[in-house]
Amino acid sequence: MSPLRGFVLKEFRHILRDRQTLVILLLLPLAQVVLFGFALRTDVRGVRLLVVDPVPDAATLALRGRFEATDVFRVVRVLPTTDDLAGWFRRGEADQALVMGPRFAQTLARGEGAQVLVVTDATDPNTGSTMQAYAAAVVQGYERELRAARPGTPAPGVEIVPETRMRFNPTLESVNLFIPGLIALVLTVVSALMSAISLSREKERGTMEVLLVSPLRPWQIIVGKVLPYLALGFGNVLSVLGAAWLVFRVPFRGSVLLLLAECLLFIVTSLALGVLIAARTGSQRTAMMGALMGLMLPTTILSGMIFPISSMPAWLQPVTHLVPGKWFILISRGIMLKGVGLEHLWRETLVLAVMTLLLLVAAVRSFDVRLD
Amino acid sequence: MSAPVAVEAYELTRRFGDFTAVDAITFQVAEGEVFGFLGANGAGKTTAIRMLTGLLAPTSGRARVAGHDVYTETEEIKRSIGYMSQRFSLYEDLTARENIRLYGGIYGLTDAQVRARTAELLRRLGLEPYADAPVRSLPLGWKQKLAFSVAMIHEPRVVFLDEPTGGVDPITRRQFWEMIYDAAEGGTTVFVTTHYMDEAEYCDRVSIMVDGRIAALGTPRELKERFGVESMDEVFVRLARPEAGAEDAS
Repeated sequence: MSPLRGFVLKEFRHILRDRQTLVILLLLPLAQVVLFGFALRTDVRGVRLLVVDPVPDAATLALRGRFEATDVFRVVRVLPTTDDLAGWFRRGEADQALVMGPRFAQTLARGEGAQVLVVTDATDPNTGSTMQAYAAAVVQGYERELRAARPGTPAPGVEIVPETRMRFNPTLESVNLFIPGLIALVLTVVSALMSAISLSREKERGTMEVLLVSPLRPWQIIVGKVLPYLALGFGNVLSVLGAAWLVFRVPFRGSVLLLLAECLLFIVTSLALGVLIAARTGSQRTAMMGALMGLMLPTTILSGMIFPISSMPAWLQPVTHLVPGKWFILISRGIMLKGVGLEHLWRETLVLAVMTLLLLVAAVRSFDVRLD
Repeated sequence: MSAPVAVEAYELTRRFGDFTAVDAITFQVAEGEVFGFLGANGAGKTTAIRMLTGLLAPTSGRARVAGHDVYTETEEIKRSIGYMSQRFSLYEDLTARENIRLYGGIYGLTDAQVRARTAELLRRLGLEPYADAPVRSLPLGWKQKLAFSVAMIHEPRVVFLDEPTGGVDPITRRQFWEMIYDAAEGGTTVFVTTHYMDEAEYCDRVSIMVDGRIAALGTPRELKERFGVESMDEVFVRLARPEAGAEDAS
C-alpha cells in the first residue's frame, strides 16, 4: 500500500465515520437549493397596482386591461386624481401606481405622445427596479399592439419609460441567478471550511506532529487531507445542479463539461484557502471562525451572488475582485444562462486559475513554515 | 564509546530571536541504549527532539541520527526513526487495526508485512478481541501501549518517546517500560523524555537539561554518586531548581 493511498483512505474513513457531519454536508446544500429557490426571490409577483385614470376612455381601459391580464399585477383601486397617491404608498397599501394622462385616447389618435407615469415604491431598490421593468414591459407591449393595429399611420406614441430588456433571464427567475452563487457558497463551506477544520483538528490533537515526523512529505499530507473533500465537494456540485435542474428547471445553455471543470477549479481554490486558514490558525475553533468570517461572508455579500456588484459603491467594487467566488459566479452564470464557452470566459478562468495557483503555493509554504 | 552510535549531537544550538532554546548541547547515544532525556518544562527538551527528528532546522552545531545528517538528510532520518508524542497520537475514531494499517502504510510496509505485523502486535498486546473497536473505547493504558507499538511498526533504528507515560497508572507504566526494554534488546535505540524520576532510574543513561544546556549526563548511579544523593529525584531537584536543592541541603 503506497503511503499516500493509505493516508487518503484514512481521511475517507474519518468522514464516513462522522455520520452526523456527513449527513449535514450532503443534505445542507440540497436544503439550500430549495430555500434559495423558493424563498429568496427577487422576481416579483402580486404587485398591488394603483391606477389613476382621471378620464377613462377606450385607450386607458385597454392599457389597464393589459396590466390586469398579467399574473404580476393586481389592480387594487382606480383613483380619479393623484391627490391621495402618496398616502397609499405611505400606508403600504400599494406597490406601484400607473398614472394616465388626460385625454389619453384623443392624444394617441392624433399621434402625439400620450403621457403615462409609473410610480414605484423603491423602498427595496432591487424589487423596485424589477417592478419598474415589468411595468415598462407591459406599456411597451401595448404600444406595439397599437402600432400593429394601425399600420402605415405615423407611429402613435405612448410616452415610454426608457427601454429595459431583461436578457438571458427573460422571466426574471431569480433562482437561475442564485444557483451559481449557491454552488460557490456550498463549495466554500464543504471544501474550505471542512478541510480547514480537519487539518486543524490534526494539529490540535497532536497527530499532525506524528505525521510530520513520518516520511510523508508536507504536500502529501495536504493532498491526503483535502482529496476526500474534493470528492465530497464535487458530489455536492452534482447534487445541487441536479436539484436545480429537476426542481426549478434551471437552464444549462452551455457545456456541462466545461461547467464541471470550472467547478473543479473552484473546489481546488477553496481547498487551498482552507489549508491556508488551517496553517495560519492554532485551533479548530479559530480555523472555523476564520473560514466562516473570512470566506463565507465575502462569498455571500461581495461575490455578486445576491447583491449586484454594479450597485456597490465605487470604492468597494475593486475589493470584489479579490473574492474568488465572484469570478466563479461570473463563469458559471456565463455557461449556464448565456451558454457561452471558454472563448468568452477565458479571462475569468485565468484570473481564477492564477488565484488558485498563488493560494496553493502560499498554502503549502505556510504549512512548511509551521513545522517549527 | 565502543558500540555504534545511534544519535550524536555536537554543540547543537537553536535560537528563536534572542532566546536560545537549546544551547550547544553535545552528547552521544549508543545503539540499543535507553537514553533518558530529562529536564524541567521549558528547559529545551522539545526543541532538541524537534531538531533530532527533522522537524526543526538547528541554528548551529552538528547532529546525526541513525547516521543521517539533521540538516541535509531529514527524509532519511524520518524513515529510520519512530516517534510517539506526548499527546495521544492515534486516531480515536479509527480501530486499532486501521491505525496499525495506516502507519504501516505511511512507513512503506507492504500489505503482507502490515498483515503480519498487525496480527503479531495485536496478539502481543492481547488486543485481539478489540481490534475492530474504535480506539477511543480502549483504556488509556492500552492506548499508550498501542501507540508505542505503532511507533515501532517499521522497526526503526531510533525511537523518540516524548513523555509517553503521562497520566498512565503505575502498573501500566511498568508494563510500558517492559516494552521499552524489549525494543532496546531488539537493537532499537530508545530516546525517552519523562517527568517521572523513578522512570529515570530505568534508563541506561540520562541527561538533564537546564536552561537549554545539558547540566549532567551519565548513568543514574554515576549521577547519584556525584551529587551524593539517594535518588534521581534529588539529582533532578539539585540541578533543575538549585535554590530548592540548597534549601534541602541547609
